Amino acid sequence: MSAARWRRAMSASVGVSMPARSADVPRLVPLPVLATPKTFWFERIGARVKPRHLVVLAAALLYPFVASPFFAYQIGAQALALGLIALSLTFLGGYGGMVSLAQMTIAGFAGYLVAIFGTSSVAGVSLGWPWWLAAAFALLGATVLATAIGWLSVRTEGIYTIMITLAVGVAFFYLAQQNYTVFNGFGGFSKVAAPELFGIDFKQPVPFYFVALTAALAGYFLVKHLVRAPFGIALQGIRDNPRRMASLGYHVTAHRVAAYAVAGFLAAVGGLLMVWYNGRISPGTVNLAQMIAILIIAVLGGMRHPIGAFIGAVVYVLLQNFAIDLFVRERFNLVIGGVFLSIVLFSPDGLLGLWAKLRSSLSQTRISQPKRRRP
Amino acid sequence: MNGTWRLTPKQIALWLLFGGPVVVFAAWAIPDNAPLFFKTLLNGLTLASLYFLVASGFTLVFGLMRNVNLAHGSLYLFGAYVGWFVGEHTGSWVLAVAAGFLSAAVVGLLMQLLVFRFMEGQDLRQTLVTIGLSIVFADLMLWTFGGEIYTFDPPAWIYGSTSLPVIEKFPTFRLFVLLAAMAIGVALWCFLAKTRVGMMIRAGVDDRGMLSASGVNVQLVFATTFAIGAGLAGLAGVVGGTALSISPGEDTRYLLASLVVVIVGGMGSVVGAAIGALLIGLAEQFGLAYAPTYSVVFTFVIMVVALAFKPRGLMGKAA
Repeated sequence: MSAARWRRAMSASVGVSMPARSADVPRLVPLPVLATPKTFWFERIGARVKPRHLVVLAAALLYPFVASPFFAYQIGAQALALGLIALSLTFLGGYGGMVSLAQMTIAGFAGYLVAIFGTSSVAGVSLGWPWWLAAAFALLGATVLATAIGWLSVRTEGIYTIMITLAVGVAFFYLAQQNYTVFNGFGGFSKVAAPELFGIDFKQPVPFYFVALTAALAGYFLVKHLVRAPFGIALQGIRDNPRRMASLGYHVTAHRVAAYAVAGFLAAVGGLLMVWYNGRISPGTVNLAQMIAILIIAVLGGMRHPIGAFIGAVVYVLLQNFAIDLFVRERFNLVIGGVFLSIVLFSPDGLLGLWAKLRSSLSQTRISQPKRRRP
Repeated sequence: MNGTWRLTPKQIALWLLFGGPVVVFAAWAIPDNAPLFFKTLLNGLTLASLYFLVASGFTLVFGLMRNVNLAHGSLYLFGAYVGWFVGEHTGSWVLAVAAGFLSAAVVGLLMQLLVFRFMEGQDLRQTLVTIGLSIVFADLMLWTFGGEIYTFDPPAWIYGSTSLPVIEKFPTFRLFVLLAAMAIGVALWCFLAKTRVGMMIRAGVDDRGMLSASGVNVQLVFATTFAIGAGLAGLAGVVGGTALSISPGEDTRYLLASLVVVIVGGMGSVVGAAIGALLIGLAEQFGLAYAPTYSVVFTFVIMVVALAFKPRGLMGKAA
């Protein structure tokens, strides 16, 4: 039974009178059906948008104009692209309960498809289609791969998902590295650049930043909308108690595979941004370290809310770029591993969890203890 | 599983479906190039032995404690490095093996006592912690030992080559690895099947709550199992390091291999780890020898097919 039918059934039963059991119990008069006030969509949005949302949005929009091109491109656009891929993991893991390490694989596969279908330095493999056709097919292909990975992974449960997606991701890495006819092996594809549209060259920092920002905002709002829609609520129910949801009549496997498909689409868009950002794609983009980096980003920010993915991505990219100044450059892995470890050990909900704890501890009202009187 | 040896029609069909192509391939390959076939077979068995040694510890820890220890590869590498240093200083390879086992066992014990004991029941969090630990360990080892390749110095009686019937020469050490893995496998099986501690471990794999309710000190059993599992990884590190070599990327390689082996063979089952290791080791070597570009695809196809038929692995528990 779908959630919509349930709602209709519940609202239809309002106003039905209760039959009296005996003569002494007064008959309940039928209640008038309460009219739900008709709200307009902008009123609903206005009720939920807080000042802090507007501040963040304004900051994100104005950022490239106040920051240097390096900061706008290297930090900003990269954080947005990585954040989008991590968002797919947050959606799948935080709301679906399935932590998949193959999100970077799907993103990389989308990048590879763009290079294979579009133009790149390897003329023997690339088909040379126009960029929008290549991008569309890349998104489609990566979503199909995500659905396949999902179909494979949902047959097992819980902790097996990490293992299987890890194995699938590494298998894809080795395939990309060893296959020369399709994936061009170790070298990969280079000169895969963002297109030029309406006279704007999207390879430049500021235009590319806005493309990335648009995609990131679209992904963020999609996830926020989905988790409140019947599909998202059902998904969270399946995360919490799949057996109960199955007994309620929900098709658990279908919901899970659909979640993988949605997350795969988000990761594919992120992968598109990554390949345009880097201008190249190679097996190194989808190796084990990158797969784990996405997990680190998602956990760092906190899987309880979609914004966590972007917070984690910003922190990760900042650490990556400035670890040289703070620590020895080669020890970046130690730094990021140490940060990740401390987050998981002491604040499993990531930075968002730390923030929530901080807020609740600051706003706790002190309850004064009554003084004990000595008799 | 019933006690009789009768196979159901479905089992017969599965054996034919998967055994058939293998028999056909063997019938083609042996007359074609017999030394290559048997050399690949022995190489595959050696690799399978190595994978079994690493995967058996992994599957024990998962089966009993539901802890996917993704730092298992780091334990392998750590045991290898410590074993190498002990071997260099004492000049004895046997001491190196013992040092590898003990050092990894100690690290595993510390991990269980200091970290995982406080995270009972939180499977995902434990896995994330092991991922973090593996990243930190890998970088610490890279820092301490550097990026160069270390090779071992095994004693003369295992070094060199023996001549075998069809193949002229085969490295003796690899035969040694094969025999050692079989011996350790049998020893592990005896430990699990015949001793009290083994009985407690098997009971814990089946039902942890009941084990605790029957008065067994579950934390002691957990610590012992983690130590043994980690120690096996360290021992495999020294053995594998002698057969191949030690370098910083080896921890990831063996972690992934044991992951695939345990997925195929079934969690918590040492016999499953043996079967999985055989399948994966042979598939990898035959793939490398006969179809180099697609060898990784074979391993992957085996994993997918095994999961499609038995989502918990070939010897995994039903639910």
